Amino acid sequence: MRPFTFERPTSIAAATLAASQLGGKFIAGGTNLLDLMKVDVERPTSLVDISALPLRDFGATAEGGLRIGALVSNTDIASDNRIREAYPVLAEALLNGASAQLRNQATAGGNLMQRTRCPYFYDVFMPCNKRQPGSGCSAIGGYSRLHAILGASRDCIAVHPSDMAVALTALQAEIEVHAPSGVVRTLPICALHRLPDETPDHDTSLAPGELISAIILPPPARGKQAYRKVRDRASFAFAVVSVAAILDCSSRTVRDVRLALGGVAHKPWQPRAAERALVGAPASGASFEAAARAAVAGAEPQPGNQFKIDLARRLIARTLTDLAARGG
Amino acid sequence: MPQSHPISSAAWPTTRLTINGQKHELTVDPRTTLLDTLRDHLGLTGSKKGCDHGQCGACTVLVNGARMNACLSLVAMRHGDEIVTIEGLGESETLHPLQQAFWTHDGLQCGFCTPGQICSAVGMFREIEHGVPSAAMANVAATPSLDAVEVRERMSGNICRCSAYPNIVAAILDSRQGHAG
Ligand SMILES: Cc1cc2nc3c(=O)[nH]c(=O)nc-3n(C[C@H](O)[C@H](O)[C@H](O)COP(=O)(O)OP(=O)(O)OC[C@H]3O[C@@H](n4cnc5c(N)ncnc54)[C@H](O)[C@@H]3O)c2cc1C
Ligand code: SF4
Ligand code: FES
Ligand code: FES
Repeated sequence: MRPFTFERPTSIAAATLAASQLGGKFIAGGTNLLDLMKVDVERPTSLVDISALPLRDFGATAEGGLRIGALVSNTDIASDNRIREAYPVLAEALLNGASAQLRNQATAGGNLMQRTRCPYFYDVFMPCNKRQPGSGCSAIGGYSRLHAILGASRDCIAVHPSDMAVALTALQAEIEVHAPSGVVRTLPICALHRLPDETPDHDTSLAPGELISAIILPPPARGKQAYRKVRDRASFAFAVVSVAAILDCSSRTVRDVRLALGGVAHKPWQPRAAERALVGAPASGASFEAAARAAVAGAEPQPGNQFKIDLARRLIARTLTDLAARGG
Repeated sequence: MPQSHPISSAAWPTTRLTINGQKHELTVDPRTTLLDTLRDHLGLTGSKKGCDHGQCGACTVLVNGARMNACLSLVAMRHGDEIVTIEGLGESETLHPLQQAFWTHDGLQCGFCTPGQICSAVGMFREIEHGVPSAAMANVAATPSLDAVEVRERMSGNICRCSAYPNIVAAILDSRQGHAG
């Protein structure tokens, strides 16, 4: 690791100011940042440990939702009874990510801000536009099995690795952010991560020094929900494709549906056309198949990951069918 | 630009923490991980460095009772924490029940992953007591309990290159029965 200074501020103002300086970086659980510092991909010159900040509260909002402080561990979110009962898609997404040890260490904010697992991003000897803008993309024409099929650009085809972010997208969560100026804003989760376009070095819409302080969940959605993840081994592996689904049916008709896909794009992917096609449709296998086809209609796969189209399509149809059978 | 030389030791952070019941005050280069502190600075070589990237679990220790990967934590991040390593669980004359169970069931071959497996299993038992669910549960809102499928899912962060898994699972389930019923 390259040398860095280390500080542990106790106020949000001091932390955001320190991290906004050139070379400054927050560290929360450390499970992604230290990993990347060891392979020389991340090179902060000053680490701002945020563990002493007051970001651990986990309570009800006036609107009937929940506010999860950015330092609440992934385990503590998944273990909370309110989450397990009213937002099971979130608990399932977290429990299907990483290992028990990592979930104990990892924080809500760090999970959202984790970086891609593209192998070329990790290898400083290979061209990578995300790591080094303008150097090229080794995955295009290279090993692309785990890369994007939707929303990619000519400069980057990486996928976002977070399972939690996929569930939060289906739940339409909001992210609360503190700027170094002291301004506090909230943005919908779909506005946090971005598509790569011509600037894949920017994973998110946050500016340097901006701190995620909380995740805000709206009141529980009606219907049944589930997170399904397909991976290369039964546990402790990133998603090849995943889906978060919330299905609300009444007298065998779809009243509302929310879908988000993981492992297919640079951010959690919302197949809006599929959602629209389903609302008001009969809650039948045929409707779910049609919606699943609509969800991947615009896919542009790489030579190495064409299989993801069928995989995503089947996973969506299967998950919706199961939710309907559970009385979604 | 990244600095090319280490920061002066005058700027090193001081970390106070408890390791296996003993208080320590350490002023080390902030790049030092908890794992390197244990192994190289304090001579506690029970915790192993398998991958150094959170992928194998050989470095698993207990931090305030919760299992974590010591390789993915800087020691400076553990200010005020209580760490327990395999050395803190039992000695060769007074084995921890899980150490005894691994011995009885032959839950190891080369033994490299074993300290991490045992610390991880201790952490897992506590998680079950605290109601922490797992991905193996059909319903995440249910009360968790342990069987072989649950043990395999909950211990998936501990890789055994010798593939001693059947005996590791047997040792853990046996120890659990002897322990909490
Ligand atoms: C072997 C392995 C397997 C894994 N498998 C999975 C998986 O299957 N699914 C999955 O989803 N994840 C997986 N992960 C990733 C894991 O979930 C992340 O490493 C973890 O969630 C990051 O959280 P952290 O608190 O440790 O972040 P840190 O490493 O501390 O920080 C990560 C980034 O977020 C920034 N940051 C942290 N907190 C904030 C904040 N409050 N505001 C703004 N920026 C912030 C940091 O500056 C840094 O850039 C895996 C990780 C490993 C090592
Ligand atoms: S896909 Fe993105 S992260 Fe991977 S090599 Fe190309 S530019 Fe880098
Ligand atoms: S050495 Fe820490 S997980 Fe492998
Ligand atoms: S006993 Fe050899 S790695 Fe597990």
